[in-house]
Amino acid sequence: MTALPPDLAQSAIDTEIAKARAAAPGGDHPPRDFPPYRGSALRHPTHPLIPVRDPEAVELTGPAFGVTDVTDLDRDLTRHHPGEPLGERITVTGRVLDRRGRPVRGQLVEVWQANASGRYAHQRDQHPAPLDPNFTGFGRCLTDDEGRYSFTTIRPGAYPWRNHTNAWRPAHIHFSLFGEAFTQRLVTQMYFPGDPLLPFDPILQSVTDQDARDRLVAVYDHGLSVPEWSLGYRWDIVLDGPAATWTEDEEEAR
Amino acid sequence: MNPAPTPSHTVGPFFGYALPFTGGGDVAPPHHPDALTLRGRVLDGDGEPVPDAIVETWQPAPDGSRTGAPGSMRRDAVTGRVVGRHGADFTGFGRVATDADGHWLVRTLPPGGVPYVCVAVFARGLLHHLYTRAYLVDDPADALLAALPPQRRATLVTRPEPGAERVHRFDIRLQGEGETVFLEFP
Ligand SMILES: [Fe+3]
Repeated sequence: MTALPPDLAQSAIDTEIAKARAAAPGGDHPPRDFPPYRGSALRHPTHPLIPVRDPEAVELTGPAFGVTDVTDLDRDLTRHHPGEPLGERITVTGRVLDRRGRPVRGQLVEVWQANASGRYAHQRDQHPAPLDPNFTGFGRCLTDDEGRYSFTTIRPGAYPWRNHTNAWRPAHIHFSLFGEAFTQRLVTQMYFPGDPLLPFDPILQSVTDQDARDRLVAVYDHGLSVPEWSLGYRWDIVLDGPAATWTEDEEEAR
Repeated sequence: MNPAPTPSHTVGPFFGYALPFTGGGDVAPPHHPDALTLRGRVLDGDGEPVPDAIVETWQPAPDGSRTGAPGSMRRDAVTGRVVGRHGADFTGFGRVATDADGHWLVRTLPPGGVPYVCVAVFARGLLHHLYTRAYLVDDPADALLAALPPQRRATLVTRPEPGAERVHRFDIRLQGEGETVFLEFP
């Protein structure tokens, strides 16, 4: 093996994360420019975003999804193939709320993830871990009247990536969510409590505020675990961004 | 007390078997006489194509209605496969991944009441998605366009494709020379 440049050592990444954290004002979302995450270097805008305050902006409304878009099977990722997937069966559930704490009803939640070995069913994933013929790792559901979503799946494995030497992504599930407005769109990742890889991961650490980072980690909920069957995790999601239907009172209260 | 928002994260490189769906770019019904094509490339700070981005579009129906309609990902009841929109309802929603040269394409109908189609861009390396607008015409009455200096304003306005009818070109430059104007909604 050839020697690797020192700036690709985990210690160099750790130093950069600490530096970025000291420089960043915190906040709920990661900065788009986060040097320890090498992929962000050429893909973040350098101009400030232009604020749109037009109450008639189309972005304050959003697409609708319904029973024609989702089948009952979609929320159980363990039933998409003839056999049972390998790994630890889990249930992941929680509520989707808007910034006012109101449930987000009837909206589309999509998830995708690696299999139990940390391998994606994707041709560009070159991690030499086994594919599971009984697991694709993709699911959908609609939130119910309380804003609740629920998926049955298997716990994904950690996987290596090429951000730096010995870079490993902690186990995570990718989530995509719609609110009632295009401005409430969210794509994010859910992590598992107690994962020893969390402090080393430049993607999680791009969220520079500790409380905000903690909101990306699910809680193990023993009451959700099903005897002889599955382990339960709870993860609530709050969508940022305004919607057209907020009254002026609510806007003022903010 | 209002709950604190869940932080955004990158869509990563492996969304390809999850998010794009059959007919995701076919917002207009097949063979509709008013259909227009909105297409372009997503480019990075070096001007290189971004082959692992996903572009979503949202817009009013031609009659100006902004409620959208379910059925963008309409499913076959027997196989569960996505079979595409039935064309009777205008869902207003498009979603397409960029291909190996960063290109994306949506076929849609003209938005009613506004001159623009809303666009969201997601990509590996992009920790928080970006909003922009593809203006089909350079509307002098539009407040957002009017507030921008000419060079920046031009990044939001689609260009007609030479020799093609009803084809609007909209390249999205994430960074650098000709960087697209990106929006926030406070
Ligand atoms: Fe991942």
